[in-house]
Amino acid sequence: MEGITNHEIQEFLQNNLGESILSVEESFGMLAVEVHINHIYKVVSYLYKDETMKFQFLTDLCGVHYPDSTNRELGVVYHLQSMTLNRRLKLKVFVPVEKPEVPTITGIYGSANWMERETFDFFGIRFLGHPNLKRILNMDEMVDFPMRKEFPLEDPTRDDKADFQFGR
Amino acid sequence: MKTNLEFLADIHNPETSNIPYSTLNLGPTHPATHGIFQNVLKMDGEKIISGEQTIGYIHRAFEKIAERRPLYQITPLTDRLNYCSAPINNTGWYLTTEKLLGLKVPKRVDYMRVMVMELARIADHIICNSILGVDTGALTGFTYVYQYREKIYEIYEEICGARLTTFMGRIGGFERDFSPKVFALTKQLLIDFPPVWREFESLLSRNRIFMDRTINTGAISVDRALNYGFTGPNLRATGIDYDIRTAEPYCSYEDFKFDVPVGTTGDTYDRFVVRNEEIWQSLSIIEQAMKKIEEMGPGVYHADNDHYYLPPKQEVYKNMEALIYHFKIVMGEIDAPVGEVYQAVEGANGELGYYLISDGGRSPYRLHFRRPCFIYYQAYPEMVQGQYLSDAIVVMSSLNVIAGELDA
Amino acid sequence: MSTKITITEAPPGEEGPGFFATSLDHVVGLARKNSIWPLPFATSCCGIEFMSTMASHYDLARFGSERMSFTPRQADLLMVMGTIAKKMGPVLRQVYEQMAEPRWVIAVGACASSGGIFDTYSVLQGIDRIIPVDVYVPGCPPRPEQIIDGVMRIQDLIGKESVRRRNSDEYKHLMEQYMIK
Repeated sequence: MEGITNHEIQEFLQNNLGESILSVEESFGMLAVEVHINHIYKVVSYLYKDETMKFQFLTDLCGVHYPDSTNRELGVVYHLQSMTLNRRLKLKVFVPVEKPEVPTITGIYGSANWMERETFDFFGIRFLGHPNLKRILNMDEMVDFPMRKEFPLEDPTRDDKADFQFGR
Repeated sequence: MKTNLEFLADIHNPETSNIPYSTLNLGPTHPATHGIFQNVLKMDGEKIISGEQTIGYIHRAFEKIAERRPLYQITPLTDRLNYCSAPINNTGWYLTTEKLLGLKVPKRVDYMRVMVMELARIADHIICNSILGVDTGALTGFTYVYQYREKIYEIYEEICGARLTTFMGRIGGFERDFSPKVFALTKQLLIDFPPVWREFESLLSRNRIFMDRTINTGAISVDRALNYGFTGPNLRATGIDYDIRTAEPYCSYEDFKFDVPVGTTGDTYDRFVVRNEEIWQSLSIIEQAMKKIEEMGPGVYHADNDHYYLPPKQEVYKNMEALIYHFKIVMGEIDAPVGEVYQAVEGANGELGYYLISDGGRSPYRLHFRRPCFIYYQAYPEMVQGQYLSDAIVVMSSLNVIAGELDA
Repeated sequence: MSTKITITEAPPGEEGPGFFATSLDHVVGLARKNSIWPLPFATSCCGIEFMSTMASHYDLARFGSERMSFTPRQADLLMVMGTIAKKMGPVLRQVYEQMAEPRWVIAVGACASSGGIFDTYSVLQGIDRIIPVDVYVPGCPPRPEQIIDGVMRIQDLIGKESVRRRNSDEYKHLMEQYMIK
């Protein structure tokens, strides 16, 4: 059921949260909105509480690494969903790799807890205010952040698989 | 006899709160955890005060591997997410790539995919509900009903050659048409399975012991479930009839008539009954799909896409273009278009989503799996707080946590 | 109804009225191999194929494995089925060390044998890096018939094993290589 169009969501965002929005684009039927890093909590809670929008379900939260875009290397992507309007929305924030700090949204969504821990585990993005920010999938003693582009996929200490045999 | 709320109030009361507690380590290797994950429970005797989970014991770095592989070589990774219902994961991945490529598949392929996905859903619910019976002590249900999972494996073998980790289909359709044996086996399953499932239900649904163990254990309210990101049968057991097959239909699900069963309290019994009902709905969908395919008659089983679908071998021997495509597809030298796409399918546990960012190379720039088990397992400590240890086992079993999907 | 019953072969020995003389190794091996109590260490997809092996169609209980022991103290055979990540390695090692002699290990699946398709930073490339393995069953996942074949190979090994093997120098050297006391 079509409750609202992407265009109306875009207008709503421009009217009410204009100063937090950096850019808007649409791909494959879903709006992708880039949000200013200090305003992410405000935007998410506004969309949660607003009676016409009701984006009250967090589908997904993941990180991205773009090593070539200076000052915006690490990004966090939030997939929000409004079940009443049957609409999905994507929010993005970007932070520099020297100071990767993003405010947490665990105050609004309980499901963000582990998803932020996973993003911290893989990319090293620190979520300010998170109740329990530690590694979740990798070993606790690990120092590196494996999903960053410079980290190798294979274990460099293994000795039974020679790289030349596998075309590497 | 104190109620749960009074008990919790005692803990937080500074005057009486030095209740000595013991720590119990449930896992990672435990016969009742279906997979490798650990729960460290703080207990007061048999009552659970709080719990904390440790996961990651089977972390295989799927997302990192996917950044190295061409698009169709990622399918074996998707098989191993929720390995009890691999065809659903495969089809979800193909829908994602077809969305990125802008490929339209014929209706007949859609119906074939629906048939295969519903068989997978039945297989997954067979395991979940029969193992729930085993965890409460009823081994008979498991050994009796598991035979029909073998029958579903026979259908998979006839379609794609493998039993469990299927790699079913290709980008744009299937690698070969369904042979008459597939339809014969499925028809036989539709005749043999309903009486067996009715017997399994009668074994447990009105069984006094089972009901006493499962009613009011692990209940969760609608608000807390939505806040924790529940989807799938666990959410429908709380009362919300959200199903991606009806809300955002994919793969021609809008052509099928089926109901979405819901529960009321979100406890273990409701989850059991919702999964039972979903099997009946899936059987009806398979019947409708088979009838539709038979009405259409033999026909196409894949979309026309030279870049990702292997050309027929006769052409490869005669035609230069076909030979080049064959070479490029097998060596993985085809570039995908630039774009960002998110596609969700209704997996057996909930919304299984694929978030794909492609930068124009042959492999994804970033591929993220939205795994339902990972997201709803966070709610487990809240669901078992104040209950007994035996309830904790039953609740974990009814949530259907599959370790492959938890850790990816 | 067929009356053909398969009986296991008697070991070679001297027979007489009221007695049968054979070597202790043979008798003990015969008894041990037909009553293996496995410990299913099922981590991922191979674990589901093991469930198929245990269920009624490909019944593993025919081979004497009626009771699945989930505690290592009372198990003979450690069946490692599925991927072992590096985080899980110490746990597997601890389970193996708790088993009492004589103990055997079977690595089911490609991931347990050599890391499988997951050549990554987080997966242990084969469990024989941390514990000694007797039989490897390849496959991804192996069919139940293959798992049963693996168990039958273990039965062959058990039947031919000398009673003194666990105290021999060769075995001690093997344990030292893995640093198991």
